[in-house]
Amino acid sequence: MSLSSEASQALQAFQQARGWEQRARLLMQWGDRLAPLDEREKTEDNRVHGCESLVWLVANQQGGQWQFKATSDARLLKGLLALLLVRVQGLNSAELAKLELGAWFTELGLERQLSPSRSNGLHAVLQRMAQLASAA
Amino acid sequence: MFQPSPWRADFPAIAALERQHQTYLDSAATTQKPQALLDALSHYYGHGAANVHRAQHLPGALATQAFETSRDKVAAWLNAADSRQIIFTHGATSALNLLAYGLEHGFNEGDEIAISALEHHANLLPWQQLARRRNLRLVILPLDEQSHIDLNQALQLIGPRTRLLAVSQLSNVLGTWQALPALLAHARAQGALTVVDGAQGVVHGRHDVQQLECDFYVFSSHKLYGPEGVGVLYGRPQALEQLLHWQFGGEMVQLADYHGASFRPAPLGFEAGTPPIAGVIGLGATLDYLASLDAHAVQAHETSLHQHLLRGLADRDGVRILGMPQSALVSFVVDGVHNADIAHLLTEQGIAVRAGHHCAMPLLKGLGLEGAIRVSLGLYNDSDDLQRFFDALDQGLELLR
Repeated sequence: MSLSSEASQALQAFQQARGWEQRARLLMQWGDRLAPLDEREKTEDNRVHGCESLVWLVANQQGGQWQFKATSDARLLKGLLALLLVRVQGLNSAELAKLELGAWFTELGLERQLSPSRSNGLHAVLQRMAQLASAA
Repeated sequence: MFQPSPWRADFPAIAALERQHQTYLDSAATTQKPQALLDALSHYYGHGAANVHRAQHLPGALATQAFETSRDKVAAWLNAADSRQIIFTHGATSALNLLAYGLEHGFNEGDEIAISALEHHANLLPWQQLARRRNLRLVILPLDEQSHIDLNQALQLIGPRTRLLAVSQLSNVLGTWQALPALLAHARAQGALTVVDGAQGVVHGRHDVQQLECDFYVFSSHKLYGPEGVGVLYGRPQALEQLLHWQFGGEMVQLADYHGASFRPAPLGFEAGTPPIAGVIGLGATLDYLASLDAHAVQAHETSLHQHLLRGLADRDGVRILGMPQSALVSFVVDGVHNADIAHLLTEQGIAVRAGHHCAMPLLKGLGLEGAIRVSLGLYNDSDDLQRFFDALDQGLELLR
């Protein structure tokens, strides 16, 4: 699967990042790019539980393609969500099911953020996506 | 001024963590282990494992002897009058569940159970669920401004309908010691059973269960520098007699036929199945190690580090400390900054602290918080650990602000 231009841009930026400070700054910048959610979209149904922060994931399928919106009240997690979305936006369910998101975050140098022991919420968001993909 | 820990080298994992650039400040969750414990586990497994209380063979006799010697050591550590008052469980949680099921028969609809607003889920949920099973009223003792159980209100709320009081000795979030003598004496006068959750308290200072005069005292080994999978339930003889058998299986039984059985008294009657033998032996070795330390020196060290931690946090802009911590730990939030973001950046810098609700969701909610960062100390921590934490916090906050 080829990367979207945004995903390629993210990959380049994170692969060049040196040290935790630069990675954190980049994460915050990418988080700021996330399209904001309407208050109406912040429903209990869209809440992803299992996170120490508030996380919402809004999923819509149009013409077989998934369009996601997500946000969190924690800034670094917002950045992680942005990096997730640039990779999965526009995929169909079969592509989404096949996608190794762990590998994506490893390429970005952020694999530690995915561990189930981390309560940052990224893991829970991935599980929710997998459920959506398999249910559709 | 540098404050070293004279016991740091006794814990080999601390040096291993240092090589991984990790500063361990999460001892309230679990502790690193002394070499004495590693040696005991290695000796037990290296010299012949055997099941306890069952076999007539030599390995079985040796394992049983070591296991029972640990029971004596735990009894001595708590100053229990008799080793038979010490039941080994699989953790503090399972000890509290044993109580909530084993005492259930004594409750009638409308009876009350009193717990405090600061309880860990382990000392909340077993009682909450018991209350639901039996239609009891769960009374929550509120906190005062110093983050102690409000004594005046507690003395009002604990009344003739109160059948049981279950409270923490030392809060795992607020770091405050509760006024146990007054609370327990009052509950006793009302005819209530008293349960003390010593999971945090047992780690800091020696406590005498006879002096406390509690009916039950619970702690877990792994927070006291011992192995996981082992909990301790101490009970007064009259209180233990009220406990009905809960889990059934091997070695807790006296006689069994297909349709009926009779059971052993405490402690073995409450230790169904093969117990965590190595863990119990390891806990014994840990207690030997701890007993060999100068208790005053340990306490002075911990107090001084705790003061240092409190001062350092208070010196920083926007840092808000939860309650008024007295020992062991400090929980805090930073105004305008999400605790998950701070936790993320501390992790990036190799600082191992805990973030979140600390298994006390109702308490955090009551404080109007989603979560907090908790820094907690062990006897192996030194002032350099705290300095690394402060530096990492400053760097993280600078980035976030």
